[in-house]
Amino acid sequence: MSSMSVTRATLMKDLRMEWRSKDAINSMLFFSLLVVVIFSFAFNPTAEESRLIAGGLIWVAFLFAAVVALNQTWARELRNQVLDAYRVSPAPPNALFLAKALGNFLFVAVLEVLMAPLFVVFYQLRSVGPLWQLVVVALLGTWALVVNGTFFAAMSIRTRNREIMLPLILFPISIPALLAMVDSTTGILTGEFSPDFWIKLLLVYDVIFTAVCLLLFESVLNAE
Amino acid sequence: MTGTNASSIQPVVVLQNLVKFFGRFAALRDISDSFAPGRLYVIVGDNGAGKSTLLRVVAGLMQPSQGFVKLLGAKPAREVANRVGYMGHAPLLYDELDGMENLCYFAGLYGLDDEGVCRRAMEQVGLDPQLERRVGQYSQGMRQRLSLARAVLHDPELMLLDEPFSNVDVHSAQEMAAILGRVRDRGKTIFVVTHQAPLVEAVADEFVQMAAGQIVSRKPMTRSAQPVSTVAGEPL
Repeated sequence: MSSMSVTRATLMKDLRMEWRSKDAINSMLFFSLLVVVIFSFAFNPTAEESRLIAGGLIWVAFLFAAVVALNQTWARELRNQVLDAYRVSPAPPNALFLAKALGNFLFVAVLEVLMAPLFVVFYQLRSVGPLWQLVVVALLGTWALVVNGTFFAAMSIRTRNREIMLPLILFPISIPALLAMVDSTTGILTGEFSPDFWIKLLLVYDVIFTAVCLLLFESVLNAE
Repeated sequence: MTGTNASSIQPVVVLQNLVKFFGRFAALRDISDSFAPGRLYVIVGDNGAGKSTLLRVVAGLMQPSQGFVKLLGAKPAREVANRVGYMGHAPLLYDELDGMENLCYFAGLYGLDDEGVCRRAMEQVGLDPQLERRVGQYSQGMRQRLSLARAVLHDPELMLLDEPFSNVDVHSAQEMAAILGRVRDRGKTIFVVTHQAPLVEAVADEFVQMAAGQIVSRKPMTRSAQPVSTVAGEPL
């Protein structure tokens, strides 16, 4: 049994369960929609102002929405103590982590694709910089959110107030990534400065935290 | 195999000075013992005697505070994980998936990609592989049967079953006990933690009595020569 086949099987199982329940995607969509609409009515920004604040607004909305999906990820494994069945199997722990992180990445990516047109409409967004860079930032930024989020959600599953615990741990550690995501997005939308430095920072952040999470996940999975 | 010549055979489970603390409470207190292969052990005792904790420590789901467990000749349970089957107190199944989907997923964790394995495991416990109902809609008895199928899916040499008959009607429980007897007859070692000892009396080889975190007695049973498979009707 290879790590890859277990990752694939676990990912497919999670996607199937999400397709049937739509728990995570519905909650994330509803939350993001509220943020878009409420902020749009509250500030009613011009196109120029939108370009300046959109980076922060978009990523904060996705960060908060992602927490909903992240909490769901491990809740499924706790019901009926299914995680124990995985722990007693010879399947590698990292395969489980990778499958969960990839699953969350897909859920948040779907959310971003669905919400992007709404952000454009409500905030009259038009990018001055190249759009492909926005795609790169979205991919790297989403991975930064979900890789840490999946790891810390796993850490907090045995705590009493895990829904509160996750943001308390996740948000502070995500600050460098969030800063890079916001500044690079603002740089691309306004065209006032190059986002290269922030994109590189995001890439380094992703590599470091992915490696650390993979190294430590087995201990987290087997913690009592 | 009888209890008298069991000592000459390599034990399948060795417990050495096993201690497990939860805070300051000792759930297991210095247990040292060994268990021969090919037998069905029934672990009995009052609530809080340490039965489930012992099973979880043996399965590798908990680390002992002191001492060690040797399973099938290996010290860390992980090394022999593909030779051990565990059925927990909870069903360890996904409610959102149907029986075959559950089994096929868990089979994949053991490197088994053959759907036939899952189908046979379901049939073995008396469930219909064609049933498309999700596990969340199963009756308690069906869940327990499927949980047993999950535990035996990879044909383990050692099976650890925690309360397999809880919330199961007497008829289903008797059928499950007969299945366990047949599995044992194929040379597997089975540990069953239960409060319903009479259900497994016909198939048990030895009763292990626990109290206050210790094994206080072991009582070998004399089984009749009649094969257990006749209890449930058809052979496995």
